[in-house]
Amino acid sequence: MKAAPFEYARAASVGEACALLATHGDSAKLIAGGQSLVPMMAMRLVRPAFLIDINEIDALKFVRMDGGAARTGACTRQCAVERDGALAARVPLLRQALAWVGHVQTRNRGTVGGSLAHADPSAELPLAAQVLGAKVVLRSAKGARILEAEKFFSGPMSTAMRPDECLEEIHWPVWSEKRTGSAFTEFAIRHGDFAIVAAAAQVALDADGRCTRAAFGLGGAAGTPLAFPKIAARLVGTKLEDQAIDDAAADAARASEPGSDLHATREYRRHLAAVLVARALREARQGAKPQ
Amino acid sequence: MRETLHAVAIEVNGKRCEARVPARLSLVDFLRDELRLTGTHVGCEHGICGACSVMLDGEPVRACLMYAVQASGHRVTTVEGLAAPDGSMSPLQDAFCETHGLQCGYCTPGMLIAAQGLLNSNPAPTEEQIRDAIGGNLCRCTGYQQIVEAVELAAKRMREAK
Repeated sequence: MKAAPFEYARAASVGEACALLATHGDSAKLIAGGQSLVPMMAMRLVRPAFLIDINEIDALKFVRMDGGAARTGACTRQCAVERDGALAARVPLLRQALAWVGHVQTRNRGTVGGSLAHADPSAELPLAAQVLGAKVVLRSAKGARILEAEKFFSGPMSTAMRPDECLEEIHWPVWSEKRTGSAFTEFAIRHGDFAIVAAAAQVALDADGRCTRAAFGLGGAAGTPLAFPKIAARLVGTKLEDQAIDDAAADAARASEPGSDLHATREYRRHLAAVLVARALREARQGAKPQ
Repeated sequence: MRETLHAVAIEVNGKRCEARVPARLSLVDFLRDELRLTGTHVGCEHGICGACSVMLDGEPVRACLMYAVQASGHRVTTVEGLAAPDGSMSPLQDAFCETHGLQCGYCTPGMLIAAQGLLNSNPAPTEEQIRDAIGGNLCRCTGYQQIVEAVELAAKRMREAK
């Protein structure tokens, strides 16, 4: 298998990458870790005429704590995010999600921004971004704009990113509540595969064990990762009793729009959605209890 | 259409290699066809089987999921680079022989790279950590048990040698 011929340039800076995108437009594609793009090119599902390599841009590789948010550069390797203890302390859901992403070899090369930009509806990092309400910074030769995850993911493998834009960094909200717990779980045929259905949850409890904040979502259950802010809001004020969790999980499963394919029927996916949301919320509740 | 050739300089197993390559040449094809380092195997060519694993700047990656031109300026270690310069096997390679960690041998170079990557960062891995580290490598002889034993044996010997 071999990709169709393409022209190649290594961008030395984000500015240079944006200038190349502005020149080549639709016919160009950015390559970061390449863990999704290279196989798609090998199978000739995509045939970019021009490949702009952003792997050597150091300014796109960082993990930084900035007040209420943790920031990661778009080309930060997944393994670097996984190993970062300060980030895991503030945004624990990221490390929990990454434990399900591919394998050591793909996480060593794959990037956080690449996974978001690829926007596979069953991928783990887009789900984490959707549940936490992450923001993405998109840069073009004309300037930068910031989009919330909800607006960024527009459909299966598609985002609101314009052809001349480069994903520059991701802002992950940090929950300041002392008693915060989060969890990520999924069902896949083999560990490391894309999820058939995945669920993520994060909750905060007050001193009495009453929920003050909740967020959860589903991957593989629609064309984009789903978050359920309205259903999650109903958990606030409860003590996250099993019944409250099960009701929320059932409502979320009903509100999801899974499809049928070779791997699972829509009914089975909907069943998994309820089971996995309930499981993620219980684990998050457990994580938020005083140790 | 005549393809543009790109000059690359890659350090492979400690040796600087220079060549001119088309952009679409994968790193694994470059290693095998240009450098004749055929220890690295080509399996699925789309990032599923792990047979083509090599180390890039010391970390295991899939050589079918990057282009040779992208490796320019970087260090690559292939299975040939695991043995000592005089050709004697590494402790991990010896352990694979002793525990019958290979049957047909197709997955072996990828398994060795993945396992060596683990041992470099974790001298005392648990069985679960070993299975996780080789989780991205398929062995169609299904000889996983002996591979896990090989990594455990190598880890033990390397710890004792220190």
